[in-house]
Amino acid sequence: MIRPRTGAALAVAALLALPWIGGDYYVNLASQVLIAAVLALSLNLLVGYAGLISLGHAAWLGLAAYFCAGFSLKLGLGHLSAAVLALVCTTLAAALTGLVALRASGLGFLMITLAVGQVLWGLAFRWAAVTNGDNGLSGVTRPAPFGIDLNGATAFYYFALAVAGVAAAAMALIVNSAFGALLRGTRDQPRRMSALGHDVWLVRYLAFVAAGFFGAVAGLLFVYYNKYIHPQSLSLTSSAEILLMVIAGGPGTLAGPVVGAAVVVLLKSWISSYVERWNMLLGFVFLAIVLFMPDGLVPGLRRAWRRLSGESA
Amino acid sequence: MKTGLVGALVAGVLALLAALQHAAAQGEPLRIGFLTVRTGALAAGGKQMEEGIQLFLKERNYMLAGRKVELIIADTGGTPPQAKAKTQELVEKDRVHVIIGPLATFEALAIDDYIKQAQVPLITPTSAAQKDLAQQKLNDYVIHAVGTAAQPMHVLGDFAAKKLGVKRVVTVADDFTYGHEGTAGFQHAFEDGGGKVVQKLWPPLNVADYGSYVGQIKADSDGLYAGFAGINGLRFLKQYSEYQAGKRSIFGNPTCVDEGVLRNMGDEALGVYSASWYSAALDTPENKRFVDAVLGEYKVVPGFYTVGTYVAGVYLETALAAVKGRFEDKAAFLKALHEARVEKSPMGPIRIDEYGKAILTIYVRKVERRDGRLVNAIVAAYPNVTQFFNYDPKQFLAAPVYSRDYPPAKNLEP
Repeated sequence: MIRPRTGAALAVAALLALPWIGGDYYVNLASQVLIAAVLALSLNLLVGYAGLISLGHAAWLGLAAYFCAGFSLKLGLGHLSAAVLALVCTTLAAALTGLVALRASGLGFLMITLAVGQVLWGLAFRWAAVTNGDNGLSGVTRPAPFGIDLNGATAFYYFALAVAGVAAAAMALIVNSAFGALLRGTRDQPRRMSALGHDVWLVRYLAFVAAGFFGAVAGLLFVYYNKYIHPQSLSLTSSAEILLMVIAGGPGTLAGPVVGAAVVVLLKSWISSYVERWNMLLGFVFLAIVLFMPDGLVPGLRRAWRRLSGESA
Repeated sequence: MKTGLVGALVAGVLALLAALQHAAAQGEPLRIGFLTVRTGALAAGGKQMEEGIQLFLKERNYMLAGRKVELIIADTGGTPPQAKAKTQELVEKDRVHVIIGPLATFEALAIDDYIKQAQVPLITPTSAAQKDLAQQKLNDYVIHAVGTAAQPMHVLGDFAAKKLGVKRVVTVADDFTYGHEGTAGFQHAFEDGGGKVVQKLWPPLNVADYGSYVGQIKADSDGLYAGFAGINGLRFLKQYSEYQAGKRSIFGNPTCVDEGVLRNMGDEALGVYSASWYSAALDTPENKRFVDAVLGEYKVVPGFYTVGTYVAGVYLETALAAVKGRFEDKAAFLKALHEARVEKSPMGPIRIDEYGKAILTIYVRKVERRDGRLVNAIVAAYPNVTQFFNYDPKQFLAAPVYSRDYPPAKNLEP
């Protein structure tokens, strides 16, 4: 059996070597998977670890992308200041939303996040003076950190890999810290946690803000990658898609959302060139996951692997 | 056993390589990437686009200017990120030489930068918003085979004011870019022709009911501008006639009474004026043949999307013929794409101005019933209309782009 550490080293080596193996197309595909993975991981903080299901998570991606595009196109700010400001503003917006959304949990929370997401989507569509409405904002350029031009597929891939790696490591630290244990506690036993003297609301609130922040990181990568942002990226469909990534991959695990993001992006962008009714295929894949691995691909496969290796031993 | 298998495999690979080499010797085929929408709200238009290009290539037996053609279709789902992903796939994986598509303006905007970077020419077969690629951020690689949203509406506004003597118009249009720009074009030419736009209404794109908008229309107006996309034209005209809101001339944008929705309309559409670069009722040999071919193949009368895509194909063929099929010479091919002149097409003659946009004939049409079927009968034809109409290009480009509030409506009445 492969030990986890060897497995991780192999995965990292494969990720680093990818541009030498595939052409531009596959490298770009991998960049998209990385962006989706950061987004899914950020939502996983809520869905998997806090037990709060949000249907408005695309809002943070969209908001950060619009902020970044707006700051650089309308105000003429440089890449660094636009990016930092976009992160700050989006996190603030998440902090404000959290005050409202976390008055409820369960279905109420889901409905509030849905409503906020729809409001922001509507704003992006309607406030044409700022967002350019249905035409979207174009003309965003990619940054050049340390003078490295990111316009090539490979350069951007490494940039996305570095950012995604740092973001994933940060989220791993969070969920493995004492705070992560608290968070899981509020998910499983909120009343007991409260009786133990923990502020359940505050724990959830911090998780919500963190999810917003990492969603914004994904948003920055997204707008740099596409050099364009359109209201569609904030829509309910996009939010639902992120949720599907998390649920399909396995909420409450670190590898799950990454696998889920890869499955969705590959089905949408790659398989769809071979299968005309790819939406249907996507539906069947999710159906199969829910039926056979209700807790997600990663936990399901891990279980299957253990059973197999247990039998052979 | 095993060596036999390996041997067979090696032989197979060698045969394949030989075949590939043979193909390369004959010149590789022209690979056309085709961006369409097969899923989502825009799929109906996407299907008509596909029919247009399939018919075009089938008629030519997949040969253009002596070169074999390969069509690679990609579904953008009508969303910008997917449009970008699919364009990248066409360029980086399928190595296409030219792209036809996409359907929606926001999709075109999403891939604009990438097209410039990848240096693969793109021919857009459907209406382009004014505010886009060619005008403000000139992109040599983007060629518009048909006009802008405002282009036919300039003509219609001029026609309404000068030929019909309409004085006071109320505009009702979908509240998105395509609706804004069509209305702006109409208002611009109509008011310069002596008319007045006295009221502007903007129902949201997905409004459930037009009743409250029809009810607001000023009773003392003698004209109504209806700027709708998709099936909204059908829904609006039906409700307008049910409310019996009074007699006035109705002016529609190309898609309001497009052949694609006209077949589902009734008496409410009779007498509606509109303007477009096409009508299925156009009485030319090229168009008659085209309409018959589409009827034979797909059992429907062609409209906006079908003809736009078909003509984009004709345009490509003309440019390809100019370079004698040698699309490998990228610079010459691009130059030919800008300089091609289509003399005969179902729409009539087309060429491209220095901004990459089409100069074509705009037809003023009126819905009539012929042999029990509604048709867009041609009332007037304005040849060689540019995106600027009669305005000076320099001034036009210096002014703000058309929007909900530009040009300002000075004659609105409370």
